[in-house]
Amino acid sequence: MKNKQQTFLKRFMPLIVFVVLVALLAVGLTLNPRLVPSPLIGKPAPAFELPLLLREGSFSSKELLGHVTLVSVWASWCFACRQEHETVKYLSQKGVRIIGLNYKDDADDAKNWLAKLGNPYQAIAADRDGRVAIDWGVYGAPETFLVDKEGIIRHKVIGPLSDEKNYQALMSVYESLEK
Amino acid sequence: MLNIISKRYDTRNLKSGALLLLVLLTGMTLVSSVTAAPIETFKFESVDTEKTFHKLSEELRCLVCQNQNIAESNADLAKDLRLEIYNMLIDGKTEDEIVDFMVQRYGDYVLYRPPFKPLTWLLWFGPVIIFILGMIFVVRHMRSQDTDGEDEALSDEEIERIKNLHAEQE
Repeated sequence: MKNKQQTFLKRFMPLIVFVVLVALLAVGLTLNPRLVPSPLIGKPAPAFELPLLLREGSFSSKELLGHVTLVSVWASWCFACRQEHETVKYLSQKGVRIIGLNYKDDADDAKNWLAKLGNPYQAIAADRDGRVAIDWGVYGAPETFLVDKEGIIRHKVIGPLSDEKNYQALMSVYESLEK
Repeated sequence: MLNIISKRYDTRNLKSGALLLLVLLTGMTLVSSVTAAPIETFKFESVDTEKTFHKLSEELRCLVCQNQNIAESNADLAKDLRLEIYNMLIDGKTEDEIVDFMVQRYGDYVLYRPPFKPLTWLLWFGPVIIFILGMIFVVRHMRSQDTDGEDEALSDEEIERIKNLHAEQE
């Protein structure tokens, strides 16, 4: 009886190993390598002070304190930013505080883009050389950071907010912070 | 198996094949060193700093073109990060400080050489573990084949028969 079990195992071992390998590879294939988890989650938002895009004056990261805020990294040259723009506008209409970080953009291009598509941002900080974005670990627009009242980064979305999964994940954290 | 090969193929063919392979491989190394040419030039005050710069930009991964390092990538962000590394070196920052700067922002992901910590133990020990498991498997397999042989040892009866057969032949 024991022998039978052993030969059974021996015979099917290659098949079992194969199935396990296929399962691992199948999971691996469905993962998105572009989603690099941010080490900044749970940490204070990196400090910055940048000129405003549309008005005189500047925006300081201190202004993030006291409100739950979305910091949305966008640029007029970024196609996916256009894709998510309706969602950003919708959130703004719902009363979500959204600060734009205009990433490596030409000021005129950015202004035209907003004039055409609408401006859902309470304020827009212009990061012309992308130096602040490096501090925030940005590696491509659009990216959206959720910052709580204490100025701690709670969530980061890489890619457009119009994506259902991205949106749901963001909103579940947002609602838990608003409570 | 080896016999079959040497019978089928003339050894001269093998030699010229190896030569061709060598030429191809050498050619490939030439091509890859051409594509890795720097895009912009930085001025360094010492050779050491320049070396550190190249070492760092080759060890850090570009997040936009994920299979390239910061030295090779043409992505805008890679260009910015090269400049960032350069400025930090000019400011007298050490290699470790610059690596920390990158990891704080982009995570361990930017390191082509992953750090040694509990989360990456499987990564570092995995190959050794698989090797040991493989060795255990091979040794056990060989042993079980040995015992198979013993199981089939001749019985007294059979030995008697062989003796008889020998006797008959003589």
